[in-house]
Amino acid sequence: MSTSMTNDVPAVRVQGVTRIFAARKGSGVTALDDVSLTVAPGEFVSLIGPSGCGKSTLLRLVADLDVPTSGSIEVFGKPARQARIDQDYGIAFQQAGLLPWRTVAGNIELPLELHGVGKAARRARAAELIALVGLADFASHYPDQLSGGMQQRVAIARSLAESPSLLLMDEPFGALDEMTRERMQNELVRICAETQAAVVFVTHSIPEAVFLSNRVVVMSPRPGRIRSIVSVGLGEMSGRGEDLREDEGFFHALSQVRELLHGDEAGINPTGVRGVETR
Amino acid sequence: MPTQTERTAPLNRGALGVPELRVPHRRSTVVRPRLRAGVFGLAGLALLGLVWELYKTVGPADGVVLGGVTVLPRTTDLAMPHLAVMFERLFEPVTGAASALPLWQAVLAGSLFTLGIAAVGWLVGVTVGLALALLMQRLRLAESAILPWIILSQTVPLIAIAPLVRRWGAQLQFGEFTWESWMSVALIASYLAFFPVSIGALRGLGSPDANHVDLMRCYAVGWWKILWRLRLPASVGYLLPALRLAAVSAVVGSVVAEVSIGLRGGIGRLIVEYAGAAGGDPGKPWAPIFGSILVGLVAAGFVGLIGLFLRRFRRGEVST
Ligand SMILES: Nc1ncnc2c1ncn2[C@@H]1O[C@H](COP(=O)(O)OP(=O)(O)OP(=O)(O)O)[C@@H](O)[C@H]1O
Ligand SMILES: [Mg+2]
Repeated sequence: MSTSMTNDVPAVRVQGVTRIFAARKGSGVTALDDVSLTVAPGEFVSLIGPSGCGKSTLLRLVADLDVPTSGSIEVFGKPARQARIDQDYGIAFQQAGLLPWRTVAGNIELPLELHGVGKAARRARAAELIALVGLADFASHYPDQLSGGMQQRVAIARSLAESPSLLLMDEPFGALDEMTRERMQNELVRICAETQAAVVFVTHSIPEAVFLSNRVVVMSPRPGRIRSIVSVGLGEMSGRGEDLREDEGFFHALSQVRELLHGDEAGINPTGVRGVETR
Repeated sequence: MPTQTERTAPLNRGALGVPELRVPHRRSTVVRPRLRAGVFGLAGLALLGLVWELYKTVGPADGVVLGGVTVLPRTTDLAMPHLAVMFERLFEPVTGAASALPLWQAVLAGSLFTLGIAAVGWLVGVTVGLALALLMQRLRLAESAILPWIILSQTVPLIAIAPLVRRWGAQLQFGEFTWESWMSVALIASYLAFFPVSIGALRGLGSPDANHVDLMRCYAVGWWKILWRLRLPASVGYLLPALRLAAVSAVVGSVVAEVSIGLRGGIGRLIVEYAGAAGGDPGKPWAPIFGSILVGLVAAGFVGLIGLFLRRFRRGEVST
């Protein structure tokens, strides 16, 4: 539910979080090591890094689908668990995860239905969201009648159903082709501008991260750490359009993130730049 | 907000490079395999009849004997009556007595009797099976404690438990209620029926993707809501074959239990009774066999009907 946003309470506050997955033998896997990150209300933050660096783990911790081994996580000033119970965030996974026996409208209504919203209000909200993601003609279709991109858009609409002030998205466009992907990105930018939600967005694509974000968090693996945070500074969400992709600032940020990511191979000591914000 | 519709409009279908809808063929692809299955089923039945008659005409009268072992049956009219004989016999009276019903009517009455008992047994079995599956789904501990016993329960032969059930039942009596023999038969039917349901439902309830379970956790809803909105709908695909198996098991269980308990009025009794008549009347024993097949078909058909109502929950399942 949309909470009153005071600027001094961050949307997400991750402090010194470590997550170690116990192994049957050996010392276990350190998926995250002493990670700290703050996301302001309405801010779009992307997590990028090589596979296995703990991006999904961090997102699951914020969503309270998992608990940190040490450290604390606050969402809108509350413990993550309370935020989950209060439905402060909406979430979209890499797989659309639609219920196959529910129509597009039924899937979008699911969270509303589970939380006791009346039928008429549910209908109206679903219709609104279906129009928002451009699926107006498909409201009564079942997921198996939709393409992957359309399913993903339904999942995004579902994550928006309760107008959360925070969106958690784990590679939501991972399975899409390049063309659909760019259109979805434009759409997401538009939705974020309209809803004013803060977003934590996991991706493998550098251009995607740079195009969408206010800040890009570059992570390094084994153990998962934040190597650096790049402020993109491409301006307001509402002003972002297709032409931004041709912008000089866009290319500058792109190469900056790329260099940080490939710092791995160049032998940069990851601990040296940990937590440094390259502004 | 006109600007919004303007913005979303170009995103509709074609603009997104989204493929054309894959709906129009759905109906025909669902109906045609079903029709084909029916045709093949009938063809199989016809083939069986053909083989029967063919072997009866060409096979040796004493059967095929290899090294003292009879591999194929005798083809005498007594051992293998013509199909026409079995069929005609259905419309003759059960016995020579003047008041005797036509055989088909007696068999039909027996079939209905057995079907009723099997239905009660099925219902009880399904209820118990579902309850056990829910308990095991809810509590890990219950699963490791109960599951081995469920599996073990099916290794006890029916013949062994029938007299036990009958004896225990006879001692039951509270107030108006007295235990009757047909209840013993229904109980034994349910003993067979609960097994596939509990196993199928347990698998079905555990079948939702981790993704879906995570989503429900994000929605912070309790176990019952998750059960109703996610686990039960997801288990339909596992439950229906289990229910069908349970239906057939309940019928077989009823027939066998009728024989072992000695209950009159059902198909089981007729099979035993008419088998005695086989000497002079080779068509007669086949009538209750057909009757039991009929009961099995009706039971399975009933579950098919349930499946038809639940077909929304079977989307994405490969049509079988
Ligand atoms: N449930 C788990 N049990 C044990 N280890 C896990 C578990 N989940 C994640 N890990 C480990 O934690 C590390 C980080 O995993 P995570 O899924 O967060 O990576 P990721 O950055 O999302 O990778 P990708 O980009 O491939 O999705 C990996 O080494 C993984 O093996
Ligand atoms: Mg991941």
